Amino acid sequence: MHDLVAITALGGSEPRVDTVGNVTCTEVPAVALASVAARADRAAEARKALAKLTGASIPEVGQFAGDNVLAFWTGPDQWMIEAPFDTHEDLAQQTKNCVGDTASVSEQTDAWTRFDLEGADVPAVLELLCILDCRKMEPGQTARTSIHHLGCFVLCQSAISFSLYGPRSSAGSLRHAIVAAMKSAL
Amino acid sequence: MIINHPLLGPRDSSEFVYLGDASLIARPDWQADNAAEAFYDYAYLRDNPAGEHRELWFHEGGDRSWLVVTRNTVTHEITDVEMARDVARAQGRSK
Repeated sequence: MHDLVAITALGGSEPRVDTVGNVTCTEVPAVALASVAARADRAAEARKALAKLTGASIPEVGQFAGDNVLAFWTGPDQWMIEAPFDTHEDLAQQTKNCVGDTASVSEQTDAWTRFDLEGADVPAVLELLCILDCRKMEPGQTARTSIHHLGCFVLCQSAISFSLYGPRSSAGSLRHAIVAAMKSAL
Repeated sequence: MIINHPLLGPRDSSEFVYLGDASLIARPDWQADNAAEAFYDYAYLRDNPAGEHRELWFHEGGDRSWLVVTRNTVTHEITDVEMARDVARAQGRSK
């Protein structure tokens, strides 16, 4: 039996935490992800099936919804499903079982890395990082944008708490950009 | 320049990438008798209007959707923005 130690996207054994001023950037490794794209003319059926998985109505444009299993809008008739890794390691298979042939599902768990930003001045940091008007984002809103030339998802949890998803292979660059923005803004 | 995305609202043009003439949607049938001629036309012949032009833009820094943007090449005024998939489906494509 191999005895391999899991490491985070930034290479540590523990999630990296950076604090500047009142803003904390936390690496969040323990999430499973799967993307769902409804097949042509099957979007209504796919939404219905996904709603059973998340226990919430499937989000419209620029929204996210769900609690333990969460769905966020990524494009027309496309969503990302997010769930705790410990209980949903096979999230893509669970999602596929749920949607059947109404949608195509791709495993995304190790394609993305998540950073949570928390603190009163988070909007000031995001202003430097991306083109979105984050001060106008409401809790439950999401958008895809470019951060440091990387295509990232921004999820607004509250006015002072945001989650960012960026490409895992560029986790170090993304963290560098976030921390540089924190140091500049705060 | 601002592009009024049909789903996401006004977005800065820096989020978008330009591809070309919207007639690229109308890819010819490769099995047709005149396929060689049709593909020559499709690949090389373009109108270059000074005025209204329908063109394909990709929302790379956003939701990754393709758009058909109607833009005046003289004034840069954008008069219409549609989802490319709606345009393609209206033409009977992407079945």
